[in-house]
Amino acid sequence: MQTYILKRVLLFIPTLLVVSLLVFILMRVIPGDPALFQMHSSLAFSRVTEKQIEAKRKEIGTDRHIAVQYGSWLWGMTHGDFGTSMYLDEPVSDTLSARLPVSLQLAVMAQFIALAFALPFGVFSAMKQDTWGDYASRIVTMFGVGIPTFYVAILTIYFLVIVFGWSPPLKYAELWEDPRLNFQQLIFPALALGFYTMAITARMTRSAMLEVIREDYIRTARSKGLMERPVIIRHALKNAALPVLTIFGWQFAAMMAGSVTTEEIFSIPGLGRTLIDAIGRRDYIMIQSLVMVVAVMIMLTNLVVDIIYAWLDPRIRYS
Amino acid sequence: MSQEISGATVAADALAQEMRPRPKVWRNAANFCIQKPLGGFGAIVTVILIIVAVFAPQIAPYDPLRAYTSLVFASPGASDETEDPPVKLWLGGDRLGRDVLSRLVYGARVSLYVAVASVLAGVTVGALIGITTAYFGGAIDLIGQRFIDALMAVPGLIIALVLLSVLGSVDAGGGFMGLAGLEKVILAISVGFIPGTARTIRSQALRIKEGDFVLAARAVGARDWRIILRHIAPNCFAAYLIIFTISMGWAVITEATLSFLGLGIPPDFPSWGGMLTGATETYTSVAPWLGVFPGVAIITVVLAWNFLGDSLRDVLDPRMRGTS
Repeated sequence: MQTYILKRVLLFIPTLLVVSLLVFILMRVIPGDPALFQMHSSLAFSRVTEKQIEAKRKEIGTDRHIAVQYGSWLWGMTHGDFGTSMYLDEPVSDTLSARLPVSLQLAVMAQFIALAFALPFGVFSAMKQDTWGDYASRIVTMFGVGIPTFYVAILTIYFLVIVFGWSPPLKYAELWEDPRLNFQQLIFPALALGFYTMAITARMTRSAMLEVIREDYIRTARSKGLMERPVIIRHALKNAALPVLTIFGWQFAAMMAGSVTTEEIFSIPGLGRTLIDAIGRRDYIMIQSLVMVVAVMIMLTNLVVDIIYAWLDPRIRYS
Repeated sequence: MSQEISGATVAADALAQEMRPRPKVWRNAANFCIQKPLGGFGAIVTVILIIVAVFAPQIAPYDPLRAYTSLVFASPGASDETEDPPVKLWLGGDRLGRDVLSRLVYGARVSLYVAVASVLAGVTVGALIGITTAYFGGAIDLIGQRFIDALMAVPGLIIALVLLSVLGSVDAGGGFMGLAGLEKVILAISVGFIPGTARTIRSQALRIKEGDFVLAARAVGARDWRIILRHIAPNCFAAYLIIFTISMGWAVITEATLSFLGLGIPPDFPSWGGMLTGATETYTSVAPWLGVFPGVAIITVVLAWNFLGDSLRDVLDPRMRGTS
């Protein structure tokens, strides 16, 4: 197992190199001089001289050879220096460290809500197969897979406006400063964001449970006089958990994508909103750093899912 | 004698004609709809979508770009008798007084065109990468795998967002009738399909590659590309078709998301996602129905493609269940 983990972590290096190379090349394909663009946003653009542009290029480092730029960006990232934002004029790592926790909190809350609904829904659906309860739960989950996350967010806002007369919060409440308000602000976005994951996980739970309850060991458990509850929870659900876990782990990537629109709609200062802002401002250093952070997070999640997978099922031995 | 023979030949020929298996397209389609009612629903919605998209100018009651100033935020069914001819907007007017129904009809065009083109491009490239890396193996496979890993590590929507930021927004020039200028959006969405497709097709191709017919083809001296195109690729076609259909729903969602964010398709273009822009800010209080109709359209089409894909997978290749 240790060698497997080590191998996987070592595989991170070439994969991340390819990600960084692709995103770096993409960002350099764009026509236009970033130095010029940055000076464009300052008011006194008409009086800018060639010398000032040169100085600016030197300052943001675009006067160097492209390979040197790539190398120094890579080297910087290995010790947490992502470069300086071209628009905000502050280190990208400052923005990241301020906004990453917000997105992570939202994602964790959404995943938690999704799982809390999906497991009971899925188990219920499988146990009461082909009853009206099963159909109702299947219709809900079917829609959940077909609705774009941004539309779930819109519908949530409709609901909030109609029921509570909701208006977007003026200021985001930090978790450590005002946990109650923070929770209030994030619970509905998390519901909207988690809806898709809930639906897909519930469907997976249902089909996995349906497969498992036809196994011999379930019949054995029942015939030895076990109550229905331990049969389902200890014998069936435990074995059905594997495929559910896999698909649930994959959902983290979907959540990173979904947070772009959810954060935009609910005006939450997370990574997704930062990405939209950075794209609007053509802040390429910020965009390429965000892509790297998202890639690292998704690869880490996948690794963790695989490790838990092996831990839950001793038959799985990675080599 | 000779006449007799020729008569017999003709009869035999007629019999052969009779016995030749005819492609039972309609009966097969009907059977599919009966066996898989949800798949049938998906197929019917798809056909309707195609008809609406192709005949949009004939179906749409009004010009989707024409703004009726008296009908700004008009509720469904509102009419303006002073116009000549009188105007009645069945689904209401949007923030500029444009007909929501006509915009929905033209939006079907954008949705279908972008989805088909991006899925076709992305899934085809992905399938080719999957087959090639599986067939050649070795260093090509190793490098290909790293590229696929890299693309897998970034969600498709984020890839599309970044690509669009590089390509720049679509210029509205060229007119929306011919849908010129949507290539950037199509390209941006299509890349997201490459890694998943490549991975699934690769595992299929690895299995097919071991088949005896590939060995036989190699024994008679067929070149690598001939084996790939004539022997391996056709055997991956079922998987290709399934991935294609299942990806369509995701393409519709991504296109709508990009349009909603105001990236890609210009705001004047009638697109379902674009019609929802601003739905949370002003529409909730002024005209809540504006956020309803495009959403219903998106959900219906996405569900239809999902049902169709699931049913196709069950019919064509049940082993692929749970792969995507």
